[in-house]
Amino acid sequence: MIIRRFSDWPTWDWRSPFDELERMRRELDRLSGDFTGSVFRLPTAGVFPLVNVTEDQNNYYVRAELPGVPTDELDISVTGETLTLSGERKLPEESDKSSYHRREREAGSFSRVISLPARLDVDKVKAHAEDGVLTVVLPKAESAKPRQIAVKSS
Amino acid sequence: MTESETKSLQAKEKKEVTTPAELTKPGLVFNPAVDIFETERELTLLADLTGVKAKDLKVDLKDNVLTLTADETPLEGSGEKDVIREYRTGTYYRQFSLSDTIDQSKIEAVLKDGVLRLTLPKVEAATPRKIAVKVA
Repeated sequence: MIIRRFSDWPTWDWRSPFDELERMRRELDRLSGDFTGSVFRLPTAGVFPLVNVTEDQNNYYVRAELPGVPTDELDISVTGETLTLSGERKLPEESDKSSYHRREREAGSFSRVISLPARLDVDKVKAHAEDGVLTVVLPKAESAKPRQIAVKSS
Repeated sequence: MTESETKSLQAKEKKEVTTPAELTKPGLVFNPAVDIFETERELTLLADLTGVKAKDLKVDLKDNVLTLTADETPLEGSGEKDVIREYRTGTYYRQFSLSDTIDQSKIEAVLKDGVLRLTLPKVEAATPRKIAVKVA
């Protein structure tokens, strides 16, 4: 079948007129990526604390970086599918006679709700903190675990 | 008078940095947030080094340059798959040039809950002594 070109503009192809724009967008993405270095910006919720959520067959693991927050000041609560982390980071007062050269660490309150893709076994949730990293282990509810289905061949 | 309310913490991503000398292991390098303040007798540095164990922290003072290097141990087990990843782990690195002379033998470092407190006492001669001016 003969395909007629509707115009002799070299970049316009009737199949996908957006090809050229797509290519330009990819080039610009690549250029802007070079400015930020080897790490592309991770999409975050923009709420403190930033978390990493991982899963294996039985559990979800939620890890958050919370330096200097003692565990008894952390408020962790779990409902069927969500985890709420709240608390406050305080910076201890130093003596009056100190003069600051730099002040980069911040103090303040935080609260974050993280919803997980599957139902959780609320009674078995455990949490521990080590070196300023909080790890919460959330077991999945039995109904949410994948079940292997055996295929019978007759 | 209104009560001042605690402001809420903003989420900040870790600041990636390129070091003058490459580290032997490949990976990301971050600048940790630090507070530095000084009193008459000592300089104190507080750094947020999450996920760092004491054995992985190196503090070096050479030619008045203080170097902090610390490897973060990632906690994920091998069978875990990522669902959400908002921060990365890597190595913390920061260098400071110190103006005062520090008594190197008395440097103290305490690492607790991911916060490093480094106390650098000044050499005795550098602590300012008040000189009384007598009127003749």
